[in-house]
Amino acid sequence: MREVAAIGVGITKWGELWKKSFRDIYVETALLALKDAGVDRVDSIYVGSMSSGLFVGQEHIAALLADYLGQAPIPSARVETACASGGLALKLGYMEVASGMSDVVLVSGIEKMTDVSGNEATYALGTAADQEYEGYHGITFPGLYALIAMAHMEKYGTTREQLAMVSVKNHKNGAKNPVAQFPFEVTVDQVLDSVMVADPLRILDCSPITDGAAAIVLYPAELARKYGKPLVKIIGLGHATDTIELAQRTDITWLNSTYLAAKSAYAMADKKPEDIDIVEVHDCFTIAEICVTEALGFVEKGKGGEAVEQGLTALDGKIPVNPSGGLKAKGHPVGASGVAQAVEIVKQLRGECCDRQVPNPRIGMTQNMGGSGASSIVHIFERE
Amino acid sequence: MEGIVGYGAYIPRNRIKVEEIAKVWGADAPSYKKGLMLEEKSVPSPDQDTITMSVEATKNALKRALIDPADIGAVYVGSESHPYAVKPSGTVLAEAIGATPDVHSADLEFACKAGTEGMFIALNLVRSGVIKYGLGVGADTSQGAPGDALEYSAAAGAAAFIFGKDDLVAKVLDTYSYMTDTPDFWRREYQYYPQHGGRFTGDPAYFKHITGAARGIMDKAGMKPEDFQYVIFHQPNGKFPFRVGKMLGFKNEQIEPGWLVNKLGNTYSASSPLGLTSTLDISQPGDMILLVSYGSGAGSDGFIFEVTKRINEVRESAPKTRDLLRQNIKYLEYGEYAKFRHKIRKAE
Repeated sequence: MREVAAIGVGITKWGELWKKSFRDIYVETALLALKDAGVDRVDSIYVGSMSSGLFVGQEHIAALLADYLGQAPIPSARVETACASGGLALKLGYMEVASGMSDVVLVSGIEKMTDVSGNEATYALGTAADQEYEGYHGITFPGLYALIAMAHMEKYGTTREQLAMVSVKNHKNGAKNPVAQFPFEVTVDQVLDSVMVADPLRILDCSPITDGAAAIVLYPAELARKYGKPLVKIIGLGHATDTIELAQRTDITWLNSTYLAAKSAYAMADKKPEDIDIVEVHDCFTIAEICVTEALGFVEKGKGGEAVEQGLTALDGKIPVNPSGGLKAKGHPVGASGVAQAVEIVKQLRGECCDRQVPNPRIGMTQNMGGSGASSIVHIFERE
Repeated sequence: MEGIVGYGAYIPRNRIKVEEIAKVWGADAPSYKKGLMLEEKSVPSPDQDTITMSVEATKNALKRALIDPADIGAVYVGSESHPYAVKPSGTVLAEAIGATPDVHSADLEFACKAGTEGMFIALNLVRSGVIKYGLGVGADTSQGAPGDALEYSAAAGAAAFIFGKDDLVAKVLDTYSYMTDTPDFWRREYQYYPQHGGRFTGDPAYFKHITGAARGIMDKAGMKPEDFQYVIFHQPNGKFPFRVGKMLGFKNEQIEPGWLVNKLGNTYSASSPLGLTSTLDISQPGDMILLVSYGSGAGSDGFIFEVTKRINEVRESAPKTRDLLRQNIKYLEYGEYAKFRHKIRKAE
């Protein structure tokens, strides 16, 4: 297999983008990635999108977006694995370049979620849970993650304040990210006083509903070296699944799909958790970040809450987690989040992140997750 | 010069607290109180509607105007809760106050700005010389679906303004309207409760149109926020008027006299008009007042008023708005409220 490099990235301001259409958001973002890469044609496109049909009433978006980007008639495919759709697009783009099938592949993700009401958005997101065994009983994702949080608190003594500290840390980072939906800081007290969603999770524990897109251009590393492109290689990836239904797991505090995906990625990259300088994780709820840092091997089982309290995951900590602000502060346009995580890591490795730049990182990681952890996709990046 | 010769307010005595509504729906009352700056709202009695409240408010306006009602040449009632789909509210009002038959009348609807529309038309018919006096009324028994966010704010009240050329209480120095096709809130024929676009009702709707109208009228008149003693914006909740005021450069002290919503709720077509009656109650000769309404759909009407000496002669001639808000209050439980608002009905 060929070595694969990310040679261009694009992301635009996220939020309630009521003045822009689905295709406008996509084209604007993808053009930034093409410009950054210095290419005007690509061989193939992958688009991660969880539920464009329910959110904007449009399916068949791969062809639509290729057309509006001026790239038709090249092959273009939409991929879906709930909130990990973006991560899956990156994996497939990697495989296509690594295999030699294509040289220039545009990997992208998009979701436009605020054109529908809150109830409709909740329903659309809920379709990523087990509809027969979970949705039927009326539970939605805040409820599922609240169960995980309760169990984690019970089993490991994780505190309500530690959950809040995840939100505080991510908002602190997000305040320095110009594309973030909520670029402001919050305090532990504000989190603890915010509206209850599903006990113990409050509104400031939850990632928001967001319109946004992100894009990356992949290219063979060998050719990138030849043309003098800035080289950030994808050196490892892993992808694993778990029961879609939370209740079927032996331990709901343990994200086994994340653990297995990371295990594969570490093996492929020949790296260990302590080699990782920086990581973007899927903090759809504050408890998710705590569980993910454990499953990725950065802290021991049950110590994710202590890690954030001790500042280990802060921007200046031992392993900075979510320098972009994470899903919590940057926003969570579900299909785009996995690609946006990779955009942040590439920018961090290139040293382009201004106020939120981690000093001189060389190896970065992304962890993108679908549902309550039924799908996990992990990528490891290295600056050459 | 044209302007207001008499103004009057009416607020029903019944109230329901945010906690009482939240209790029924298992909602978080403190977050509504803090987030929307709402404490309680007015509720019409079972036999009150837009017409009865329009009559009450107009009688109060006549007490201040001291004119012969037969000289009123136009009667306009703005509301989104006219009791009849077909049959005017204005005819009943005109008959009740003795303005018939030598009078023109129309019922208006433009979500929460129908009241200032009636004021605008009545004022301009006076200005054109077609009529001697014109009456513009904003009144609503507004509807909020059970459990919807609107249920915490949808309230009832009425405000009436009689426009003429002589013996003015306040001169109208300028008007300006700002309107686009923005569907943020609607109720179709045969639907009982309105639907709304959630957060879309904020920035692209309320804030865009109020700032558009406020900036437009101040540019037109060559005035700045500091030139006004008082300003009144439409009050769908407690927070929005202060936020839009800050965006435009007004201070909270300019807004507060007309800010009734925390205790009154959103009286829709009567919301900014009642803000004006409340502000006139405390204003002094020479005070400049800016009024900017907002109606979903969407548009805003702006008016600049200059208060005259006559305010001191008429202020006490009819009940003052804050007194109506404070006095003779009766708190309802949700069950009574549900009956009063016809949400539940007795078996026939």
